Amino acid sequence: MNGPHDLGGQMGFGPVAPEPNEPYFHAEWEKQALGIVLSCGAFGAWTIDESRHARENIPPAAYLAASYYEIWIRALETLLERHGFATQDEIDTSHKRTEPAVPKRVLTADMVAGVLAKGGPCDRPVGSSPRFAVGEKVRTRNFNPTGHTRLPRYARAKQGVIEAVQGSFVFPDDNAHDLGENPQWVYTVVFDGAEIWGDGADPSLTVSIDAWESYLEPA
Amino acid sequence: MHDDHHHHDHDHHQDNRYSDMQARVKALETVLTEKGLIDPAAIDAIVETYETKVGPRNGAHVVAKAWIEPDFADWLKRDATAAIASLGYSGRQGEHMRAVFNTPETHNLVVCTLCSCYPWAVLGLPPVWYKAPAYRSRAVIDPRGVLAEFGLTLPAEKKIRVWDSTAELRYIVIPERPEGTDGLDEKALSALVSRDAMIGTTVAGMPE
Repeated sequence: MNGPHDLGGQMGFGPVAPEPNEPYFHAEWEKQALGIVLSCGAFGAWTIDESRHARENIPPAAYLAASYYEIWIRALETLLERHGFATQDEIDTSHKRTEPAVPKRVLTADMVAGVLAKGGPCDRPVGSSPRFAVGEKVRTRNFNPTGHTRLPRYARAKQGVIEAVQGSFVFPDDNAHDLGENPQWVYTVVFDGAEIWGDGADPSLTVSIDAWESYLEPA
Repeated sequence: MHDDHHHHDHDHHQDNRYSDMQARVKALETVLTEKGLIDPAAIDAIVETYETKVGPRNGAHVVAKAWIEPDFADWLKRDATAAIASLGYSGRQGEHMRAVFNTPETHNLVVCTLCSCYPWAVLGLPPVWYKAPAYRSRAVIDPRGVLAEFGLTLPAEKKIRVWDSTAELRYIVIPERPEGTDGLDEKALSALVSRDAMIGTTVAGMPE
């Protein structure tokens, strides 16, 4: 979707504000937010792709005003309600009124090290050979799906070169919507700055994205 | 770098949000705990992991080893996930690693324009600026302007390659080894490698 998250090339946000000796957390609630989001992810009820899409669906004004931990929490509330773990009313009133859905697992302290060490690999075998080879010219597709996609707007309908075949991975555009993992080959595609930004582009700039095969056509 | 006025506005804005969010997260925690869905001790264990165990020192170790051992650098280029895992760094948001090497010709810069993808296993939790709109919007269109805000001005002839982390690959920049570091050991070298140098918003530090 063309949501507020798709920020590449947008203007008006001012300078980057690096903070010297930035702490890992700026408030106690951020620690809780990290822990709660990761704990709820361990339920096994939604995928990383569904959770990313829930973040993208936050209304633009709220998304752009929020810190990233706030974005995480807002999206988590959506996911908890959608999957039957807690209603918005329960969260708003801080009081249990319904029995929750049964998660595949509840993360306990003794499980944390193992779960973090395992992570969530999303490479999957695919039953075909890569369609494109290193060095081949490709064009990214032009589309504007209302669902999830990982092809940023600035990189649509642009010509680039396959720099690497990176393996085959879960296809997020489907997986975010419970349509299956449907893995595809992923390629690093590199573009000249001028192909993307046109007049006035930095002549020393190249930009790459990692693109699923169905985002690409032969050029 | 940055003027104080901007910092003040930023902090003030965040303070207002914090009080709302403190209450909201507390409510979530209360309900989920009451339902038996979360374990407060697990939350503490997660926070402790990212405060004390997983952070940019991991990545600096990877870089220093690559500077000292050409075979390790080659392994990083071929299979960064395995090479990095051999040092004990793997898992969440480090499942599919790629190492990109700065050279005299090319400077690398990593961003996630669509969300906040970041190599947690080697760099820990991302800084606020990495997840915020200013960096995510400008890194791909005006990287020199962004680098200048970090105090880094590159020669005009230096090529800049921006890596937008749009899939599940996670990138670590291997900065160039600074001049005058021939005699330094791995520990001393790793002290020259900052988090930002491994994102690409700066370069490795010089020895004192």
